[in-house]
Amino acid sequence: MSEVQNRPLRVETKQDVTILFAGDSGDGMQLTGTQFSETTAILGNDLNTFPNYPAEIRAPAGTLPGVSGFQVQFGSKEIFTPGDKIDVLVAMNAAALKANLKLLKEGKIIIANTDGFDAKNLQLANCKTNPLEDGSLAKYQVYAIEIGKLMRSALEGTGLSTKDIDRSKNMFVLGLLFWLYNRPLDYTIKNIQEKFKKKPEIAEANIKALQAGYTYGEATEIFTTRYEVRKAKLPAGTYRHIMGNQATAYALIAASKKSGLPLFLASYPITPASDILHELSKHKNFGVRTFQAEDEIAAICAAIGAAYGGSLAVTSTSGPGMDLKEEAIGLAVSLELPIVIIDVQRGGPSTGLPTKTEQSDLLMAMFGRHGESPVPILAAHSPADCFNATFEASRLAVEFMTPVICLTDGYIANGAEPWRFPTSSDLPEFKVKFAAPRNPSDAPFLPYKRNEKGAREWAIPGTKGLEHRVGGLEKQHETGNVCYEPENHELMTKLRAEKVEKIANVIPLQTIDNGTPKGKLLVLGWGSTYGAIKTAVRDLREEGYDVSHAHLTYLNPFPKNLGELIYNFERVLIPELNTGQLSRLIRDKFLVPVVQFNKVQGMPFTVSELKEKIIATLN
Amino acid sequence: MSALDLQGNGKKVDLPVLTAKDFASEQEVRWCPGCGDYSILKQVQAILPELGVPRENIVFVSGIGCSSRFPYYMETFGIHSIHGRATAVATGLKATRPDLDVWIVGGDGDLLSIGGNHTLHILRRNLNVNILLFNNEIYGLTKGQYSPTSPVGFVAKSTPYGAVDYPINPLALALGAGGTFIARTMDRDVRHLREMLKRAHAHKGTSFLEIYQNCVIFNDGAFEDFTEKDVKAENDLFLEHGKPLIFGKNNDKGIKLFGLKPMVVDLTVPGVSKDDLWIHDEHDRTKASILTQFFDEPGSEHYMPRPFGVFYSEERFCYEDAMLDQINLAKQKGEGDLDALLRGKETWTIT
Repeated sequence: MSEVQNRPLRVETKQDVTILFAGDSGDGMQLTGTQFSETTAILGNDLNTFPNYPAEIRAPAGTLPGVSGFQVQFGSKEIFTPGDKIDVLVAMNAAALKANLKLLKEGKIIIANTDGFDAKNLQLANCKTNPLEDGSLAKYQVYAIEIGKLMRSALEGTGLSTKDIDRSKNMFVLGLLFWLYNRPLDYTIKNIQEKFKKKPEIAEANIKALQAGYTYGEATEIFTTRYEVRKAKLPAGTYRHIMGNQATAYALIAASKKSGLPLFLASYPITPASDILHELSKHKNFGVRTFQAEDEIAAICAAIGAAYGGSLAVTSTSGPGMDLKEEAIGLAVSLELPIVIIDVQRGGPSTGLPTKTEQSDLLMAMFGRHGESPVPILAAHSPADCFNATFEASRLAVEFMTPVICLTDGYIANGAEPWRFPTSSDLPEFKVKFAAPRNPSDAPFLPYKRNEKGAREWAIPGTKGLEHRVGGLEKQHETGNVCYEPENHELMTKLRAEKVEKIANVIPLQTIDNGTPKGKLLVLGWGSTYGAIKTAVRDLREEGYDVSHAHLTYLNPFPKNLGELIYNFERVLIPELNTGQLSRLIRDKFLVPVVQFNKVQGMPFTVSELKEKIIATLN
Repeated sequence: MSALDLQGNGKKVDLPVLTAKDFASEQEVRWCPGCGDYSILKQVQAILPELGVPRENIVFVSGIGCSSRFPYYMETFGIHSIHGRATAVATGLKATRPDLDVWIVGGDGDLLSIGGNHTLHILRRNLNVNILLFNNEIYGLTKGQYSPTSPVGFVAKSTPYGAVDYPINPLALALGAGGTFIARTMDRDVRHLREMLKRAHAHKGTSFLEIYQNCVIFNDGAFEDFTEKDVKAENDLFLEHGKPLIFGKNNDKGIKLFGLKPMVVDLTVPGVSKDDLWIHDEHDRTKASILTQFFDEPGSEHYMPRPFGVFYSEERFCYEDAMLDQINLAKQKGEGDLDALLRGKETWTIT
């Protein structure tokens, strides 16, 4: 598409751009956003995405609650968030415009589908007048396009029904955006062909729609500017595009390979964690067994059964499922069997906000079980980091014979970014040695005898001479026999806690992500707030503020040097998408007066609200 | 040593001769004196040496309750898990380790109340495991509350005015859930118990064996109508494949089917012949379903004798085999390559 332009067309270079694709939940905005992001990633831009959609599969069409959005920020610099404010708002209907206009920067672009602004749509969106005509959008560059009409003429003669033609209008918009930001169509065309392999006529309609959008940008004279975003200066290496849940699934396969253990995932469908089950179910050629259980409890109990049998056993869920699994996590603590529990957090309590993000399960992960029941906890900080955190959780689980909770959340689980993926040889091996068979003449097998890490041996059925019983009742030290002795219970309680504490010996020390080891203010984060904190601290440091950023992956136990690191700062600010859960842990452990910054709106932090808070805390 | 054809391929494998004692762990058995669990434990330990399964390949999985202490007393592998979840734990174990011989032990509260859901699902999935339901119609370990199998009107600690819950019919439930082996026996008839244990083990698929078990403390005599010598013959119906349904002290009563309606007939009446009776067919699901409805209390108006034996058995694929088949099929198309997976379809390089 490099024909000579026959009209004056300016090309403007941008460092970063944020686009929000917004429409009805049936308009295909998630697909459109994903295709745009993937093409953009391949071109070498850094990017970060934020799919934001309603919990209902098809919320009432045309209404505000039915609006589904996909936000992507991409640029030629490093990008850590999906962007606070947007440069382009694609509004497929009046509701999509109304719901998101507040995010649009002044003077920036609205691409509106006029068919979505008819009397009915205006009424559904509670608009008294048509914003495209009443002058209320004067501050913006508005491109109102009769997409439906253009599509019908583009697809004339294909024999497709009006309904099918209408359904590919998202591809028209995508084509137009590809033109506007100068991206090629071939990646998306290839994807469409694959997706509709069995329905070539639908594939053709979508491809024609995509091309029509592109051509529209090229041919009409309403656009006077095209934008260029150069390749990002990322660390050298080979990259791919990755979503959080996908990275989690890959990490489990990698951990299975590196440990030499067959992988077993037992899961019950739950938003926003189900994609882990979907992804792993595709990879049976790695020997992966996936089990869709009858409920959350069955899922974790099946994982415990598989762990007992010698598998790398995993269960994935979200908040309500975690509630149900807690009793069984306690059993795994008592049995001292390794299982990995992935909690893709979402807004709570109860059913809460199924599709919205929150970091409110930390204290449940820490203290959610009855009795003294310590469990190691890790948290992933970005879509790609879901790989690292999950792989590490798997390693710690089998090395320390313990359940491990790995926290991600809806924002990073569904979000995507470029990933400088590792090769298999970059990943550490952690080959597991099961307890060896024994002869009748050997000393009796002691199932709860511990090694220097405090971990017991993994004695799997089928091993001669190791017949023994384990259970949820308190066990005698070393023999594992049922034992109600007072001193023994206290000893076992202590040994289980010590084992978890000893993990601090094998995990890396906490580092400062950005900034100085001493100073006025430390911003201490965990999990998915990484990108926003990273960006805010980077920008403020460039402006001369004395602020540093450290981000926790290990939440239980904490890295050994964390206290020292915190004491080197005059103040510590903890931003969290909850009402102060890490803050409580840090105050409790280190007796420091932390400053909390909390948000529970089901939405990630914006960079600007973080900057404001940091500046206010510094003053 | 004894030689056994374990694989069924004619190759005999030498095994040390084990006895019931070899299956008893060193743990002191802590059930109440006189508990029916002792009998079941003893018969399980008695039949295991005959099965030819190496001891280290046997796993007993239980939940919570008196009967769930069972694994502690077995010199095999064992997990005493949490309330109601033995079936779920066993599912994960058997799905990943089809080579193991997995037994699930639980009571009526464990398997039918708190764990009812998992019981349904293991039955339909048909993993090759054996479920021993110790039904004593009471909560024993919590000291005597009515259970989901207690009869209406049952007076217990939590029901001083009598239970108003209608009881579960465990075998009808198991059949309805798609169970492929459904049988009933009792603690007091050790020969029948041993035979049923062996039948349950021999079945490939989920075997559901209900065992009437007397709780001597909180529900003593709950099954005496079926277990006591003087009344047993009149109240019980012992099922044998291919044989007519006959019962009674003098084997003088039979069950005849009128359409789908069973009736008791008197074989001493001239013109009533054994040849007219219902012939038990373990593979007939419809008839098995009728048999599960022989569930009235003895003495009630249209009482049909309570059946014992194998109600139903069916060959159906097992979950763990199908799961493994899919993996093998996928591997035939090429073993997974971790680097290819991590790399994905599209990459770009920054220098």
